Amino acid sequence: MDTTIAAISTAQGIGAISIIRVSGKDAFKIVSKIFSNKNFKDAPSHTIHYGYIVDNGEKIDEVLVTKMCSPKTFTTEDIAEINAHGGITTTNKILELLLTNGCELATPGEFTKRAFLNGRIDLTEAEGIMDLINSKTPEAREMALNQVQGKVSNLITDLRDDLASIIANIEVNIDYPEYEDIEEMTTLKIKEKLGLLKTKINKILKQSNTGEILKTGIKTAIIGRPNVGKSSILNCLVGEEKAIVTSIQGTTRDSIEASVVIDNIILNLIDTAGIRETEDLVESIGAKKSLKIIDEVDLVLFVVNYNEKLTLEDKKILAKLQDKNYITIVNKADLEKHIDDENLKNKVYVSALKDENIEGIGEKVKELFNLEQIETSDLTYLTGARNKAILNKVLKSISDVETGVKNNYPIDMIEIDLRNIWNLLGEITGETYDEELLDQLFSRFCVGK
Amino acid sequence: MDYEIIVVGAGHAGCEAALGASRKGHKTLLITGNINNVADMPCNPSIGGSAKGIVVREIDALGGEMGRNADKSLLQIKMLNGSKGPAVRALRAQADKITYPKNMLKTLKETVNLTLYEGLVADILTENNKVKGVSLEDGTMFTSEIVILTTGTYLNSDILVGSTRRREGPHEERPSNKLSDNLAKKGFPIIRLKTGTPPRIAKDSINYSETKLEPGDDKYYTFSFDNKIYYDIDKQEPCYLIYTTKETHKIILDNLNKSSMYGGLNDIKGIGPRYCPSIEDKVTRFRDKERHQLFLEPESLYYDDIYIQGFSSSMPYDVQEKMVHSLPGLKNAKILKYAYAIEYDAIYPTCMKASLESKILENLYTAGQINGTSGYEEAAGQGLIAGINASLKLEGKEPLILKRNESYIGVLIDDLITKGIKDPYRLLTSRAEYRLLLRSDNADLRLREYGYKVGLVSEEDYQKLLRKKEEINKLIRELKTVKLTPKDNAYLEKVTVPLKDGISLYNLLKRPEIDINYLKKYFSNYEEEILSIVNTEIKYEGYIKKATLEAEKMLEMESKKIPEDIDYDKIHNLASEAKEKLKEVRPTSLGQALRISGVNPADVSILMIYLKKEHK
Repeated sequence: MDTTIAAISTAQGIGAISIIRVSGKDAFKIVSKIFSNKNFKDAPSHTIHYGYIVDNGEKIDEVLVTKMCSPKTFTTEDIAEINAHGGITTTNKILELLLTNGCELATPGEFTKRAFLNGRIDLTEAEGIMDLINSKTPEAREMALNQVQGKVSNLITDLRDDLASIIANIEVNIDYPEYEDIEEMTTLKIKEKLGLLKTKINKILKQSNTGEILKTGIKTAIIGRPNVGKSSILNCLVGEEKAIVTSIQGTTRDSIEASVVIDNIILNLIDTAGIRETEDLVESIGAKKSLKIIDEVDLVLFVVNYNEKLTLEDKKILAKLQDKNYITIVNKADLEKHIDDENLKNKVYVSALKDENIEGIGEKVKELFNLEQIETSDLTYLTGARNKAILNKVLKSISDVETGVKNNYPIDMIEIDLRNIWNLLGEITGETYDEELLDQLFSRFCVGK
Repeated sequence: MDYEIIVVGAGHAGCEAALGASRKGHKTLLITGNINNVADMPCNPSIGGSAKGIVVREIDALGGEMGRNADKSLLQIKMLNGSKGPAVRALRAQADKITYPKNMLKTLKETVNLTLYEGLVADILTENNKVKGVSLEDGTMFTSEIVILTTGTYLNSDILVGSTRRREGPHEERPSNKLSDNLAKKGFPIIRLKTGTPPRIAKDSINYSETKLEPGDDKYYTFSFDNKIYYDIDKQEPCYLIYTTKETHKIILDNLNKSSMYGGLNDIKGIGPRYCPSIEDKVTRFRDKERHQLFLEPESLYYDDIYIQGFSSSMPYDVQEKMVHSLPGLKNAKILKYAYAIEYDAIYPTCMKASLESKILENLYTAGQINGTSGYEEAAGQGLIAGINASLKLEGKEPLILKRNESYIGVLIDDLITKGIKDPYRLLTSRAEYRLLLRSDNADLRLREYGYKVGLVSEEDYQKLLRKKEEINKLIRELKTVKLTPKDNAYLEKVTVPLKDGISLYNLLKRPEIDINYLKKYFSNYEEEILSIVNTEIKYEGYIKKATLEAEKMLEMESKKIPEDIDYDKIHNLASEAKEKLKEVRPTSLGQALRISGVNPADVSILMIYLKKEHK
């Protein structure tokens, strides 16, 4: 139990606030690597700390981190709990960061299992967990099965088979060096093949983000200065016949108040109450609030008025939106044009009052998130932070291979990293049995006395 | 008691087992069907090869005989994979099929505490589920504390040629007809395996101008670490390379149903090795391949047979004649021995412990082909371990169990007892997940200490090892201390990027383009062997560290022991497939449990919790 484990402890896709729990001897060390608050590492036990989760200097989310030192914790190990308030994408991103910085993803029931093994909880409780672990297995199997049938997983199986044939070739070169008529696998050939592998993996990673968006929805805010028609837009979105509206109790810091489906895309709208409020408020307060909300969401619907020139306040919001996914909704398009809209991006012209071109918003979202070609009926994507973390490890191993090739290392050294990649891909598809490789070897090559 | 230990069978496993036990001071009897046929090489005339060559080095490091005996019987020797990395290099020798057994017999005869006896064992004598001795087919009985079975391919063996099946061992030797059935009666799971051997042809009936010469290496090598025997590098016997022709393939395909395995016989039960297909298999399975590589290898200086490696077959004699004559250079070749396939009985190996003692019958050990392996080296490695562990048991000591990160022998035994087998098991470098640690050049550093502790390595040889280790450490210290500066660039820039700052020799060596020999002038004198090991350790430090870390993770799981008397039926939430597998293999640690196919990590978690609960 040397490993430090991490997992998202709150149900995904529902609460807007999420807790990521980290347990193990390196919990504080790993969290410190991605947490802006430098006092955290040496802070006393059972304290809460404010700061940002950062990745290479880039702020990912504003968070509160609870520090609890061993042994007075649930698992009796050091525990850090990150209270994040970003959307699904952000939460997963934080988990991914933890995994790439040295955490292992917790298996179902693992926190509780540790609690038991460390003597924190008693037998009766533990027996419950054993059942839990076991009951999870068929479920996990079903999930794995679904994924294996999916397009992306097929792709991974293909990649893995490609790799297996390279490895088998190397092995046969090593174990049967006297066979001169068998092709010699060279590091150059490997480099070439890995280049292709890298491209494919990057593509899968990109698609997997898409899959996640489709499954869980996009955390979205409607932003704009007062009187541009935000609440009319909101009413149009939720008022459509085909739309589903849910109301979820908000948590401490914000809430998703409505989930809207446009064109099969789920938009989780936050601060719908605020939209109605700001329509009536003095301008400065509204703007300030808008700017704050922008940080918390994955998509901004920025509403402007077709009938008026852009104001200083519009421009202020626009400046803030530069690094953000946003759509400019040019409202009141049924009136006379006064707006200077050349510099606005991702424009969609609508009239909320006349309910014109609201579906245009959905199209724009698809365009923005590269969702156009996706058939919603054929949704099996590689999702989840674990698989993404694995693919990122694969990319790391590919770069190890490239370094090895550059340094002229012998092929059997290079092969160590290749085998590592093969094993990692197997973790996604659920196969890591070495015997497969041997079968490859003997079915592909004709060797023997 | 007549003897402390009885070894049944004097092949490569039996010889090592008997020598190991008797050298450790135990009164040992070695029973064989034919004393003049001990340490026989019924198949290829070579010792070593990829992975196998490293096993021979390991046997030598532990105090076994195979390496030394092979050195005494060399026809030629090569370092395989010289152009690849240090981890996969391995020695392979062509060994003289007359000299090798003769030298081994001499050693056996000269060993005190060891008696040879000719006869065929029919049954194991037992008392209270414990070994008491053996009875022979002629009714003779010998009593002993321990019996080691190393019966090779002789259990109910059948020689298959075309449509004929003959109850016979290799070389027309007598098979063992009773032992296998008696083992089955005692509850041993018996499986049927199969292997084959190619034809032998007369040396002077070959037209060598149609072949390609394959000489030995022009560098001096020995398997043995300490017993460096001299041989003349220039007087090695060559091998020859040829290829099958279209004509050969046509003959095979036209006559396919005459081969024992393709319809000639319809009662074949044995499963053949995947890595050792017959020429019929090769031609049918790889139909698009225009030609297959074959080697002509000398068997001995004292007789005429040339072995056609890659051409094993179970065709009838007349078809074999046509096949051989269709090969380049062999148009007029005279066949001295025909190819055949052999079917034999073996014990399914998951019924053994890691010590090679049986789980079914106390004080019975098994090693070699009876455990489902193939190959002289695999047999010898197991034989040595069985001999050592049988002795340790008599002495009331813990068995010697080599780990997967320590030796190929450890990988081999762990694979057998954990995964079982489908076909005869051959060692491959790919079976070793830590092969970077299991090199040919460091077998003594890994294992000699064990050999010394069990009493098979002499004080003198052990002192040599300690001096070698000290030399290695001294060189590493020196390389870390000596610093080069830009002043040395005149010499260095011939092979590498010039220095900007000072750098230790140690760090400089990490540059892939610099070999340790190029830096010799900056440090004291060391033997080439030391330089080469240190060069490897430094150059591939990153990879070695990675492998060591992985190995440590494995050892951690290995240290979590499962009690012998665990009742898997009591663990109600284990998946049923896992439960069956665990009951069959009865792993001794969680690490071993994880390696069983069909047991997944969730099952091991459940097991872990169960064990914790039981220990409260």
